[in-house]
Amino acid sequence: MPMKDILLKPLDQPVYTLEAEVVKPDDFAGKSIEEILELEVYYGNRVGKLRDFFDVSGEAPDNPEELRIVIDGDISRIKRIGQKMKAGEIFVKGSAGMYVGALMEGGKITVEGNVDSFSGMMMRGGEIYIKGDAGEYLGCTYRGDRLGMRGGIIIVEGNSGMETGQFLNGGKIIIKGNTGAFTGVHMKKGMIVVDGKAGVRTGGQMTGGAIVVKGEIESLLPGFDLDKRVENPSIENEPFNGSFDKYSGDSAEKGAKGSLYVKI
Amino acid sequence: MMLKSLKDSGIGFWRVSEMELVLKNGFVYDPANNINGEKKDIFIKNGKIVESVNRNAKKIDCSGKIVMPGGVEIHSHIAGGKVNSGRILRPEDHFKHVQAKTGLRRGCTGYSTPSTFAVGYLYSQLGYTTAFTGAIPPLTARHTHEELHDIPMLDKSGLVLMGNNWFLLRYLRDKDYERAAVYVAWLLKATRGYAIKIVNPGGGEAWGWGKNVRSIDDPVPHFDITPGEIISGLMEVNELLNLPHSIHVHFNNLGRMGNYTTTIDSLELTRGKKSSHDRQVMQATHLQFHSYGGDSWKTFESRSDEIAKDVNRRDNIAMDTGNLIFGDTTTMTADAPMEYYLASLTKYKWMNRDIELETSPGITPMFYSKKSPISTVQWAVGLELALLIDDPWKVMITTDHPNGGPFINYPTVFAWLMSSKYREETMTGLNSAVEKKAILATIDRELDFNEIAIGTRAAQAKSLGLQETKGHLGAGADADIAVYDINPEVIDPSRDYKAIEKSFRMAAYTIKDGKILVRDGEIVKVVDGKTLYVNAEVGEELKKDVMKDIEYNFKRFYSVNLNNYPVQELYLTNPTAINIETKLE
Repeated sequence: MPMKDILLKPLDQPVYTLEAEVVKPDDFAGKSIEEILELEVYYGNRVGKLRDFFDVSGEAPDNPEELRIVIDGDISRIKRIGQKMKAGEIFVKGSAGMYVGALMEGGKITVEGNVDSFSGMMMRGGEIYIKGDAGEYLGCTYRGDRLGMRGGIIIVEGNSGMETGQFLNGGKIIIKGNTGAFTGVHMKKGMIVVDGKAGVRTGGQMTGGAIVVKGEIESLLPGFDLDKRVENPSIENEPFNGSFDKYSGDSAEKGAKGSLYVKI
Repeated sequence: MMLKSLKDSGIGFWRVSEMELVLKNGFVYDPANNINGEKKDIFIKNGKIVESVNRNAKKIDCSGKIVMPGGVEIHSHIAGGKVNSGRILRPEDHFKHVQAKTGLRRGCTGYSTPSTFAVGYLYSQLGYTTAFTGAIPPLTARHTHEELHDIPMLDKSGLVLMGNNWFLLRYLRDKDYERAAVYVAWLLKATRGYAIKIVNPGGGEAWGWGKNVRSIDDPVPHFDITPGEIISGLMEVNELLNLPHSIHVHFNNLGRMGNYTTTIDSLELTRGKKSSHDRQVMQATHLQFHSYGGDSWKTFESRSDEIAKDVNRRDNIAMDTGNLIFGDTTTMTADAPMEYYLASLTKYKWMNRDIELETSPGITPMFYSKKSPISTVQWAVGLELALLIDDPWKVMITTDHPNGGPFINYPTVFAWLMSSKYREETMTGLNSAVEKKAILATIDRELDFNEIAIGTRAAQAKSLGLQETKGHLGAGADADIAVYDINPEVIDPSRDYKAIEKSFRMAAYTIKDGKILVRDGEIVKVVDGKTLYVNAEVGEELKKDVMKDIEYNFKRFYSVNLNNYPVQELYLTNPTAINIETKLE
């Protein structure tokens, strides 16, 4: 599909973090540049306009699927980019703040730098691709809830922080680097693949789904029992090369059926 | 802040006194005055209902609409330590339900644990004007009143937890009802509360030892008293003090299968007991949770027939239903062992707390699923009780908010009770257990508007001893009125249940103290209501003697000083004492 670009050039970095959930193709589609500049953002306890924080240029098609938002700069103090996004693309040429693609349902977000915590929170579909590192709580749930990410895919080229995929309930998270503590804690469904090292207490209280660690695990929880050694396994319908130790757990939870694969 | 609200209310009262209003041509349902759907004008002056007003008084056209007294909520957890802890436990409940502020009202969050301001607005939109919070732990009474202070639109008060109180356990063990009564009078005033609430008598104290009580004859550890003796004793004390409301009891074994026998045993305690004035001697609360048969999850079934039969043959008790709403909610009671048991079933987060010598509340979220055989039977039990108990004055409709479900779903409960067709339609989507283990499908009864008016305002007012000023539309009553956009000549609730549900959800008018607060479901004015509390006078000599005991035991056991314990009137919005002359000289 031919994409049309809307270019957002960040002005000065805001002193307080800015909440800009309007920055998504669904909200831009079919609007003139002037209308886009008038969209409301939340700045501290005040309501501001997008024009206070960005220069906007380009042309927005009616269909959000044909729209790509390119953010030309660092927006690490701007939160909720692509929140509840359903279609189209967002391309961030720098780093982005918290809640990137939270509650996202479709489309694609690419971030060339890092993202802050809570990215992909309760995501339901679509794709988030992060070239740098992710903060804590990647693909997690909202505080207190027990249903986290339910669909879609998150790929991180760098490392991710603590509680990656907390309460994961579907979808896939791929970390090319290392993860922090509590990777996949409470997870029920879906898959987490860690190419590097996984932090302590990986898979704690997981009841289903699969975690694949290609590097090593900092320490294995006692709730995981060695099931068997597998060669070139197919995990969640995806082939993996090499030999893995397959553990099942976390048996601290009644009837838990999670699997943890560690490459040897 | 508190001083300001007192001053504000004074100004407000002055303005009201000039105000005259006529509600013209509505279909009036005023069961306390035997008015059943007659076309009638209601006159309002000085915030009260009167016989007539000036010809140039402001008129509101209510033709084609129903006019009822403002709703009175008898049991709903809207303020207090555990309500606030529930909010802390459930950030996701607030994340999912957000309402932006308008020029008039504040922003609101929360569904099963709504913010304080939301509680006032939402009740008012349903046509309610008075609400009682279900349980005040005495030690957190100050906090409770700070929350009540922030609930606008309603007259409010609360029931004070006394079923596991060390002082009372000791007095009642010694059958020293006089001292117990003096202590209750002191505690009601100290907490600025309204009535005696008993929750899982003895069980809360046993929980301190990791135990519970299983019947009304189980001894309470270290106190040599049984739950039955606690209930009977406090019933005695309540009538000795001549309190406006009766004792308000949450029985032992809440939510347990086969608990209906405990319930019947507890109801039997009222045999031969006489009330000090025209009301019941016991309010059996959220009876839905106490009417289960069976001895395992497989045999779990409704025994509402037994309970209803028992309630029908007694003339000195009243009950409220505690209906169930499907979906997500938060359970919170002062019954910590029950909450622990529930959390161990759902394997979900929970919390509980030890309120020193007084009580122990617990909280856990709950999802009532239409697919669950248990939830569906529970749903049926609540409706069965309301339909099987013959005298509507005994049946008060509640959801035990938020335990059975959030109160904003009341209109759905009314519609279920008014339409067997709606019940059938709902039942088709439920687990088949509802047909095998409950008897709802065999009941054809449908409540009419008069019975709904009794079960949502008139019976509550009578039970609470507020029948002079609340729950009716006769001259002298507070001008607390709800108008709903339902034409009983056109709408047949049995068929048009969706219309009923919608109209009850958004009052056409809610009028409180003669002021229009809600119009077409929208808040048009925000006011602070009154806070009621009971001031029961007892003889000085008796009081001195009991105070000595209180002082001594406060020093020994409490973490606070006695002087810091009583709540000052300053914490209350428009404090209104209900002065009681007791038999204790």
